[in-house]
Amino acid sequence: MSNFSKAFSSTLGRKLIMSLTGLFLCSFLIIHLIGNFQLFKNDDGLGFNQYAHFMTHFTPIKVVSYLLYASIIVHSVWAIIITRKNRAARPVAYAIKPKDGSIWSSRNMGILGTIIFVFIVVHMSNFWYKYHQGYTPYIEYQTDVKTGATTSRVLDASEFKQYTVYVENGVEVIQTEDLYKEVAIAFQQWWLVAFYVLAMAALAFHLIHGFQSAFQTLGWNHRKYFPIAKFLGVWGFGLLIPIGFALMPLYFLFK
Amino acid sequence: MKLDAKIPEGPLAEKWNKHKFDLKLVNPANKRKYDVIVVGTGLAGASAAASLAELGYNVKAFCFQDSPRRAHSIAAQGGINAAKNYPNDGDSVYRLFYDTIKGGDYRSREGNVYRLAEVSVNIIDQCVAQGVPFAREYGGLLDNRSFGGAQVSRTFYAKGQTGQQLLLGAYSALNRQIELGKVKMYTRSEMLDVVVVDGKAQGIITRNLITGQVDTHSGHAVLLCTGGYGNVFYLSTNAMGSNVTAAWRAHKKGAYFANPCYTQIHPTCIPVTGDHQSKLTLMSESLRNDGRVWVPKTLELSQKLQKGELKAKDIKEADRDYYLERKYPSFGNLVPRDVASRNAKQVCDEGRGVGKSGLAVYLDFADSIGRLGQPAVAAKYGNLFDMYQQITDENPYEVPMRIYPAVHYTMGGLWVDYNLMTSLPGLYCLGEANFSDHGANRLGASALMQGLADGYFVIPYTVGDYLANIGPAPIDASRPEFAKAKAEVEEKIKTLLSLNGTRTVDEYHRDLGHIMWEYCGMSRTAEGLQKAKGLIADLRNSFWKDVIVVGENEEVNQSLEKAGRVADFIELGELMVDDALNRSESCGGHFREESQTPEGEALRKDDEFAYVAAWEFKGINMPEALHKEELIFENVKLTQRSYK
Amino acid sequence: MSGHMNLTLKVWRQKNSTTPGKFVTYKADEISPDMSFLEMLDVVNEDLVKKKEDPIHFDHDCREGICGMCSLVINGEPHGPKRATTTCQLHMRSFSDKDTIVIEPWRATAFPVVKDLVTNRSSFDRIQQAGGYVSVGTGGVPDANEIPISKVIADEAMSSATCIGCGACVAACKNASAMLFVSAKISQFALLPQGQPERYARAEAMVLQMDEEGFGGCTNTYACEAQCPKEIKVTNIARMNREFFNAELIKS
Repeated sequence: MSNFSKAFSSTLGRKLIMSLTGLFLCSFLIIHLIGNFQLFKNDDGLGFNQYAHFMTHFTPIKVVSYLLYASIIVHSVWAIIITRKNRAARPVAYAIKPKDGSIWSSRNMGILGTIIFVFIVVHMSNFWYKYHQGYTPYIEYQTDVKTGATTSRVLDASEFKQYTVYVENGVEVIQTEDLYKEVAIAFQQWWLVAFYVLAMAALAFHLIHGFQSAFQTLGWNHRKYFPIAKFLGVWGFGLLIPIGFALMPLYFLFK
Repeated sequence: MKLDAKIPEGPLAEKWNKHKFDLKLVNPANKRKYDVIVVGTGLAGASAAASLAELGYNVKAFCFQDSPRRAHSIAAQGGINAAKNYPNDGDSVYRLFYDTIKGGDYRSREGNVYRLAEVSVNIIDQCVAQGVPFAREYGGLLDNRSFGGAQVSRTFYAKGQTGQQLLLGAYSALNRQIELGKVKMYTRSEMLDVVVVDGKAQGIITRNLITGQVDTHSGHAVLLCTGGYGNVFYLSTNAMGSNVTAAWRAHKKGAYFANPCYTQIHPTCIPVTGDHQSKLTLMSESLRNDGRVWVPKTLELSQKLQKGELKAKDIKEADRDYYLERKYPSFGNLVPRDVASRNAKQVCDEGRGVGKSGLAVYLDFADSIGRLGQPAVAAKYGNLFDMYQQITDENPYEVPMRIYPAVHYTMGGLWVDYNLMTSLPGLYCLGEANFSDHGANRLGASALMQGLADGYFVIPYTVGDYLANIGPAPIDASRPEFAKAKAEVEEKIKTLLSLNGTRTVDEYHRDLGHIMWEYCGMSRTAEGLQKAKGLIADLRNSFWKDVIVVGENEEVNQSLEKAGRVADFIELGELMVDDALNRSESCGGHFREESQTPEGEALRKDDEFAYVAAWEFKGINMPEALHKEELIFENVKLTQRSYK
Repeated sequence: MSGHMNLTLKVWRQKNSTTPGKFVTYKADEISPDMSFLEMLDVVNEDLVKKKEDPIHFDHDCREGICGMCSLVINGEPHGPKRATTTCQLHMRSFSDKDTIVIEPWRATAFPVVKDLVTNRSSFDRIQQAGGYVSVGTGGVPDANEIPISKVIADEAMSSATCIGCGACVAACKNASAMLFVSAKISQFALLPQGQPERYARAEAMVLQMDEEGFGGCTNTYACEAQCPKEIKVTNIARMNREFFNAELIKS
């Protein structure tokens, strides 16, 4: 066996895969959150729809997005493999549930991860799938280049050919899929919003443990710098990011 | 048989070197044809097994614990001596030799002790190379401390667990040889007999403690590294499993037992709380550097303390008797272990002891805390104070510690010559199990030194000489002696299991302990010893009629394991009493009340007793035969100890 | 000081590794708070033997917290409720009158039950044999002071070396992972100059042996650190990870 395969077939290697995919997914969350802040703009979705188009049509980003899907799958599959192996290491359970001082989330990453996985499926079928299959409505923005004033009108499916941007008579015209509207409609449903908020809570707990844990696994636990990872894990990934995401459906529900 | 210690001729400092040259070597190509059996995997056993395997011998190592790492060497706290003279404070091989001879009250061999001091320096090098994390100075070099009242700082240490770190070092060397296939390790295996063929030790009989299977193992030489017999007292600082069985059964097969009455009683242990007590916990004697030992001056006050009507702080300064400071103004609380222990017993016998049982004296840190401040005291003794509080639930920063002496180490053991061979050819004995280097009293931080000296640096040379002489022809394990020894062991097990009596093994062990502690403990009289002799004989007879051993052989059976060990302790107890009776002098750990100075101090009788008493087993119910090995002192002058 | 206690024990009894076990209830009466936990079991056992019943088997030896032989999961906690304390040094004053105490063996595939509360921890030995040493033979080593080691490093190595190999980390871990134990040994040698020549080979060999023994993986719950009687730190595990990844992916 080569060192490479030895490394990745070992318990430590499996952890390494979890931590690397996990950190990659964390980095995506930052980008996704920043991009999605466009939803809060009062521009009838212009910025958000442009952003959505860019993210789905710029080749380097597309490559990264496939990496991302792969990471989600690998992270989930490896989680299942690891869990099975770990269960096998203790075939007879204790009669008294151990009290060990560990935090709840660290012991329940599987449950949290499952919620998040279901969320990802729901989330992607709501928006990603519809967007890619062309089930979204269409919109045309007209911006007066001089004044900067923008008006919009709904486009019929028959009027829309492809994403176009052109300037005519001092007016910039943008025809695009209207994912913004899709989002706005979806988040009128209180139960979907509730599910999203719940999923973000799960994400919060998953990351409170997961982010700093990845550094521990990688062996990056320098006594001076590890506290920074711990801080980011709790306040950044455990609090800020999930709250940021959760605000989006709430925003549309109460808008 | 005339005992020949085989001490090499020549000047003291050249004996070992010359001897090493005189010893025969085994041809390197032949080493793999020899099997060597090592019983016990403490410091002596693990280091011997590893070193012999490195040389190329096939080693079979045995321990009764579940892992070789758990041998009781692990529990040594204080440190290990070596004549490195790193602190430039006047230490030398000769000084370590001299201190050890003097500390042993002139009852050890000059040649052996000098060799011990000589190889002590190699031990530290060896352990450091293995990665033993000794304490260091800020400059990166090794730290030393003074220990046990020594005038020089020659003790190397690793936090409060030097024993564990040294053992893990030896264990790692052993592991390397197991991995290489040169050592076959048998854990949870207890040696129950030695097989003697044509007058030579050629194998052992073991019981597998999981399956109960009794096995024979053959070897060209057998090394016993099985530790001391302090558990003959039931309560001691030894581990629960520490036992004399291997050494005792070897004794019954022809190995002489030397100086069994020399036991070391350590003054600073945590007192007994009741009959349930299973073992005693030692606290480092460094505590006596800053603690003051006292009891109340009057019986009346002591009784009030015992009943809990008064607390230590209620006793006025004028009503306290700092008896060590009073009696030994120049050494005070730092008198040697035996003196401190004996005095504690004396005041408690007078009824002036403290604590519920009255079997304790105070070790008071109030003055030190007042003088140095609590943080300074905590920095020095924090671990020990925590341990004390954990066990007693009393805070020693606020109330004085209660301490009482406990059996700690046994200087006696199987008689060995300079080569560490017992009187049974082919059978060697290393470490605490032999009698060789500590005389009548062991100095602090010397036990680890001796165990490792024997295993790393003595036996690899000396066993080769014997092996070269007997030749590499395979040992014939089909000889009837093997089957006979095995059958005897099985028979003994069967007998124990069939007794079905009314008293538990622990009850017998406790009874034996009481007798030994009472009559063969810190101070001994002819009358008491005579009485003990009768009591132990009765106990032995009763044991073999009335003990309960439940279960069967073919399973894990701790009841059976204990029964076999206690049976041997009882027999050993009889021999200890005989030896103590014979030695009507006071020396080291052995104090005979008949032999004391007008001031009540130990009185050695060099003209009568400057010998090793080696006992030969003659059969059960038969008195053992005494063989004397005269001790010849060519380099040191014998003096009486004085701590006034 | 409180008076004597009457306790109910629920103890795992199992004749041998192949026979299924079960809990058996015992009364432990008149227990002094000054007894150690194991002395309490001694008292129960003495009664059982008097009744010619098989005593409760448990591993123990030094009874001063250093040999690592004692074990027992007591009310769900390896070595019982007191932190940084082995079972042998746990005293009955940590319990109250009329308590029910559930006593179980270490539970792990790699620690099969031998009898009652006794388990086979030889997997730990085999991990050490795989590489937990510095390959120096007896003799021929340099003078001890020729290897200067900074006090900080020496102290850190000592902290890792404090491990007594009891297996509480495995017992506490929900995955029965041995990583705290293995990492403590790898750390000791990875920190010290003596360990450098075999540093990466050692990390590889010990980790692979650990996997072979059937221990679970670490999911960073740090239950091991919380329950370790010698307070070994999980920073050792991070160091082991680093050593192993270095060994397999960078230094090879």
